[in-house]
Amino acid sequence: MITPTHYMVLSAALFIIGVVGVMVRRNIIIIFMSIELILNAVNINLVALSKQLQNDIGQVFAIFVIAVAAAEAAVGLGIILAFYRNKETVNIDEMNLMKW
Amino acid sequence: MGQAIAFYTLAAFILGFAMLVVIAKDTVHSVLFLVLDFLFVAALYVLLDAPFLGVIQVLVYAGGIVVLYLFVVMLVNLKRPPEAHHDPRRRTKLGFGLAVAVLVELGAIAGYGSSRPATAIAPGAGMPVTGNTEQVGWLLYTSYLIPFEIASMLLLVAMIGAIILAKREL
Repeated sequence: MITPTHYMVLSAALFIIGVVGVMVRRNIIIIFMSIELILNAVNINLVALSKQLQNDIGQVFAIFVIAVAAAEAAVGLGIILAFYRNKETVNIDEMNLMKW
Repeated sequence: MGQAIAFYTLAAFILGFAMLVVIAKDTVHSVLFLVLDFLFVAALYVLLDAPFLGVIQVLVYAGGIVVLYLFVVMLVNLKRPPEAHHDPRRRTKLGFGLAVAVLVELGAIAGYGSSRPATAIAPGAGMPVTGNTEQVGWLLYTSYLIPFEIASMLLLVAMIGAIILAKREL
């Protein structure tokens, strides 16, 4: 029997993989992809609880999360391209223009 | 029983491809593993009785966002890979340690939640429609109309922002 807890554990594991990606990798494109994995983990949680509670509101919020993820990807990748044109790198260790 | 087999198969593929996204050396391979990961997440939504969201996942994520990533990877033509030079200040062990701490916290929350199972609220109170897509659409255009409009405004702003950022002279 698959309970919502199973889905929550799957979601937590996917979230952790995303967190490890953000913390360990230095290529900013892969860090963005890890953030997409984290957002997917959140969506799995929302949909699993939407089924558990017999209510579709969780799916509506998952759609909003997807919309925000699309906006984030568009703007973030635009920033990456603008930065790459200036400094010829996508390594976040070299992204210290605004470092105090 | 069939549901359990489907769940464990999909979970294994989702986590396996997510691992490959993070550890792949080549960024293009990473993006391709991300497509497969999103497709398996879409299959998981279908398993969770949310077929509309599964279709949205395939269209927006696997079809739209990932193609955007692929274009950026192609445009950013790297002569030297970003991981090549060793950074002495890098704290890989600390990163893994913090990730394990977050995992323990999430496990504690999940264990606490499963000890007190949530009760079902009234299913679709006052909803005159049946079917997953109809019910989600009904909620989007009635109770959540204003968030829906704000989301469309957000997408418009993001579109303008991406065009401005991608211009040759900033």
